[in-house]
Amino acid sequence: MDFAPHTDDDLAAMLAAIGKSDLADLYRHIPESLRVRGALNLPPGRSEDEVLGALARHAAANTPDTVCFAGGGAYDHYVPAVVGAVISRGELLTSYTPYQPEVSQGMLQALFEYQTVISELTGLPVSNASLYDGGSAVAEAVSMACVATRRNKVVLSAALDAPSRQIVRTYGHPLGREVAVVDHDDRGTTPAGQVADDVAAVVIAQPNSLGVVEDVRAQAEAAHAAGAKLIVKLEPTAVGLLATPGSQGADLVIGEGQPLGQGLSYGGPSFGFLACTHDQVRRLPGRVVGQTVDRRGTRGYVMTLRAREQDIRRERATSNICTNQTLCAVAALVYVTWLGPQGLRELAAACLSRARHAAARLTRVDGVELAVSGPFLKEFALRLQGVDPHAVVGGLLDAGYLIGPVVPDGPTAGAVMVAVTERRTAAEVEGLAEALADVLRTQRRELVAAAGPAAGPAAGGESA
Amino acid sequence: MPLMGDRLAAEPTVFERSRPGRRSATMPALDVAAVDPAEALPGVELAEAPPRLPEMGELDLLRHFTRLSHRNHGIDVGFYPLGSCSMKYNPRLAEVAAALPGFRQLHPWAPDAAAQGTLALLADLERWLCELTGLRAATFQPAAGAHGELTGLLLIRAYHSDRGDARRTIIVPDSAHGTNPASAAMSGYDVVTVPSGDGGLVDVDKLEDLVDESTAGLMLTNPNTLGLFELEIERIAAILHRVGALLYYDGANFNAIAGQVRPGDMGFDVVHLNVHKTFATPHGGGGPGAGPVVVSQRLAPYLPAPVVVRHDDGTWAWDADRPKSIGRLHGFHGNAAVLIRAYSYLLFHGGDGLQTMSAKAVLNANYVASKVSDVLPLGYGQHQPMHEFVATGKGLKAHGVRVTDLCKRLIDLGYHPPTNYFPLIVDEALMVEPTETESQETLDDFVAALRQIVAEAASDPQLLHDAPQTTPVTRLDEGRAGRELVLRWHPRSG
Repeated sequence: MDFAPHTDDDLAAMLAAIGKSDLADLYRHIPESLRVRGALNLPPGRSEDEVLGALARHAAANTPDTVCFAGGGAYDHYVPAVVGAVISRGELLTSYTPYQPEVSQGMLQALFEYQTVISELTGLPVSNASLYDGGSAVAEAVSMACVATRRNKVVLSAALDAPSRQIVRTYGHPLGREVAVVDHDDRGTTPAGQVADDVAAVVIAQPNSLGVVEDVRAQAEAAHAAGAKLIVKLEPTAVGLLATPGSQGADLVIGEGQPLGQGLSYGGPSFGFLACTHDQVRRLPGRVVGQTVDRRGTRGYVMTLRAREQDIRRERATSNICTNQTLCAVAALVYVTWLGPQGLRELAAACLSRARHAAARLTRVDGVELAVSGPFLKEFALRLQGVDPHAVVGGLLDAGYLIGPVVPDGPTAGAVMVAVTERRTAAEVEGLAEALADVLRTQRRELVAAAGPAAGPAAGGESA
Repeated sequence: MPLMGDRLAAEPTVFERSRPGRRSATMPALDVAAVDPAEALPGVELAEAPPRLPEMGELDLLRHFTRLSHRNHGIDVGFYPLGSCSMKYNPRLAEVAAALPGFRQLHPWAPDAAAQGTLALLADLERWLCELTGLRAATFQPAAGAHGELTGLLLIRAYHSDRGDARRTIIVPDSAHGTNPASAAMSGYDVVTVPSGDGGLVDVDKLEDLVDESTAGLMLTNPNTLGLFELEIERIAAILHRVGALLYYDGANFNAIAGQVRPGDMGFDVVHLNVHKTFATPHGGGGPGAGPVVVSQRLAPYLPAPVVVRHDDGTWAWDADRPKSIGRLHGFHGNAAVLIRAYSYLLFHGGDGLQTMSAKAVLNANYVASKVSDVLPLGYGQHQPMHEFVATGKGLKAHGVRVTDLCKRLIDLGYHPPTNYFPLIVDEALMVEPTETESQETLDDFVAALRQIVAEAASDPQLLHDAPQTTPVTRLDEGRAGRELVLRWHPRSG
């Protein structure tokens, strides 16, 4: 089964036109020892109906129909129907990178509009046309800072999410890049201490991986005093309430685009965004769209600054990026346009109110407290005393609630993240709190049983 | 105004369409106490005003993007013979599959117990990609082909350094995709270029001279970017392996050989596959794609962590305990929903379907080449092309016409132009990849259009210089875009 339209007559006529006897003849010039003989060990082709049946069985083996309080860079925000309506249009969905601008004005203009939106959200004047994801965007920003400063050492906040820190190490390792991590304090914020003068960049997240709002202005001053760049990984809905990192002195603002109309889809595809100050524009990785005019003077758009890119510059390119996440960037543009400025503010405010309510309710469960004391928006870290946090997450999953991720390292290791979007109701928070109390009771009972009669009294229940 | 509207009329930016106070978004009613941000966030610098986002009603929003879509060419609109990109039909069954709630609603940090369906699917996909490539293990983190290249080169680097063997150089042919040398540089390697010989294949004698103990590996596309199969690939592999170097397969052209020839059998150690090419996941105007990397047994220990494993009880899990891993390359698990589309595509085709798919892709390319090569000769005509061919338009120069002009004229005749000026080793290169999903009539029409334009180049070259005329904009001033750098909308830039 394939999607080729050829009839037997078509095949015969076309093979005759090129002087071949059959389809196999097209491969006969390849050494015979290399050609596949016989059938591949793959399943037989199936009808569309059968394929979708098989896929539906796989999908049903997942259990996503839990109430989602999970965070860690991906959030269960509502994705309006209009997003899907736009990005499923075949003219956009089935186009390639806009190498031919005259027949790609739709995508190019959308990317120009996307760049403008990212510029507004980050508070920096220049955005590229998207990166793979938030994690690789951190690594690309670090590379830009290292080239700009001619330094090869970066300082990462421990409250920058662990995957991003790992990606910075993966990208930096072959280039001999030194990576240092600075712990956060009891508030969950990164201390804005003195930065050494061999540091290319300090990287923090806003809000950070514990959900806590950082003092970007103080971080920028500390970094700049050492001639280093400040890179901020921004959760983009936060600027519905917070000042933009660019307005506070950040040199590079990157982030994970998932919260902007992307859905969850197990974390991909979404996109990474990257914005910077004017002076760094020629070091940008990836595609950049610029406005120009045609021969008649009509406004139009093209990919520009192409001399940075791999197909022109080859090994001297600023990055190897070619295909990235364009359609996801367009989805974000549609979503942000759907929100508008007031919608973004209402979204961020709704998340704040619901998260504060949830935090107050959940910390009334015995043995549950906030892991850090700093101010948070939609996501916070809970310390669950005396239990295995992964077992609690598993127990809650059985009860129909998803929380997490568990903080993997650093001073808050073992805390569990809880994120509360505009979709989470008071009743769902109540349900989570009761389920959490149950799971903790069960966990502690098992721990006590395992420890034997000498162990202390079983804790549990609610103090409220 | 005609009922259909004027598809060439300028569409203002979304910001110019914006009116203060208009909106589309609705929020669920708040059923908890409203928190005052200033009180809840003491000492935090709040925004004085929200970001200046566009303000639109939902119908105007949808019309804006619908009008933008009218100004864009996609495979759904018409023939798209863009060489090296495999612009084939993107089956909608894959879109339906990826949108199933069980996939769409799955949070990336859901415990493995909640993701058993997706993990089992990825394990199947890994097995199938191993079968298709003749290799042993895969990672799904890379989000695109170039991301896969970086991953693959880091694997090669980790392999050598684990053996205490510091190697400095990666060899790439002069016909290679630009991503190859760029990825090698990002991986800390010096790039050495090996020239192509007279037939358009790697000059194996020159390669032999270049390879030594400092060579970490060779990156190769096979068929190469001229669309030609590297017939001496076994000798090439032997030359590299003799000094302990590895072979990297750039899967951009895998559509030519899927199910027919396997990179592992040719001696390659690591492969990236562009699922948005060979397995027809939509390219979306420049992504999202996915670039899974498949490796031989000796590179498996270094794969990005975590990897999918099966426990003794039959359940699937992510295993992050990989001491030799090169680390992470993606913040979550890669472009999972793109991989689900690729899985659907493979399941539909089956092994025999993939074999007819690739063979018909090669047939279509050779058919078009045979019908135009008298007026647009192959850049290297000694060997049979595979799924694409590279012609040269240098003959048009006699009329003062460049391949750019031919391409722009093709637009007026309803076609997306082929890749042009690549590979760099062919003068006035025109790289045509029809793919297998195009009918003979479409190919015949395209051939007629090319022949018409070549005739027009002699009879009316100005027609080509003035093209395109049927598009919303004529040729754009790219120099001005680069000088003035208007990279976002400003209230007065319109």
